[in-house]
Amino acid sequence: MIREIGTSIFLILGGMLTLVAAVGVLRMPDLFLRMHAATKAGTVGVSSITIGVMIHFGTITVTSRGVLVIAFFLLTAPVAAHMIARAAYHSGVSLWLLTRIDEWKTHGEIGKEEE
Amino acid sequence: MLCQPLEIESLYNVQMAKDEGLVIMQLFITNLLISMLWALLMGEVSVGSLTTGFVLGYVALVLLYPSTGKKSSYFQKTMQFIRFALFFTKELLISSYRVAKDVAKPLPLMRPGVIGIPLDAETDLEITMLANIISLTPGTLSLEVSPDRKTLYIHAMYVINPDDLRREIKDGLERRLLELLR
Repeated sequence: MIREIGTSIFLILGGMLTLVAAVGVLRMPDLFLRMHAATKAGTVGVSSITIGVMIHFGTITVTSRGVLVIAFFLLTAPVAAHMIARAAYHSGVSLWLLTRIDEWKTHGEIGKEEE
Repeated sequence: MLCQPLEIESLYNVQMAKDEGLVIMQLFITNLLISMLWALLMGEVSVGSLTTGFVLGYVALVLLYPSTGKKSSYFQKTMQFIRFALFFTKELLISSYRVAKDVAKPLPLMRPGVIGIPLDAETDLEITMLANIISLTPGTLSLEVSPDRKTLYIHAMYVINPDDLRREIKDGLERRLLELLR
């Protein structure tokens, strides 16, 4: 009984967070803010669903793989977001209208490093 | 003549640091072996029995290790790791809550900006970990490390005051992470 409640809570939470990530990607005004939504809510959403699955099965095989899934997700999702955002910035995707400050542009050496 | 003892001491410290890593590794493996032994003795290899075994093995090591006359920062590091993991989980949950709130707002009231953070982290591992963790914590996304590896440029959702944000990341995340890795 308790196991079923735990499973449901994590699955519902995960589903909701994944939905939030998807809506965020659609609604946010520029690419960088879209990446914010996709990385954070996406990671927690997938982790939460995996935890739900782990609770449901509760065996050592499923749990060890679940832990690995979460670990690799935590390692790779931010790297992917970083690479996408970086590539976008380099190829000149403009920041949102209300962006207040861009220190990379003012202090950075974008022109230099591209040679 | 005067500086000789100092020099010897610093050499000694380097050697100590190397041994220290090895000892931590040894203790961790011992701990894992104890947990497996426990699981086997209990007759069932499951998540529950392995965790119980690990915790019991840890307690046994805490109690018994000092009697070998050696010292190790393994126990301190473990506590730091647990504290960091809890802190990180908390930040992760807050960040998804905030994203959810922002997505639900009718008109996003964000003030995004790109700011540079001076880095204390030096090695590849430290910088990578820091960049990853910054991407996963509330309102920040790492963009680029400057070619001289002194500055990390991040994109933040709410830049009220760039200096406050810089201080928050340096004092909170970076300090904790370096404490754990060094």
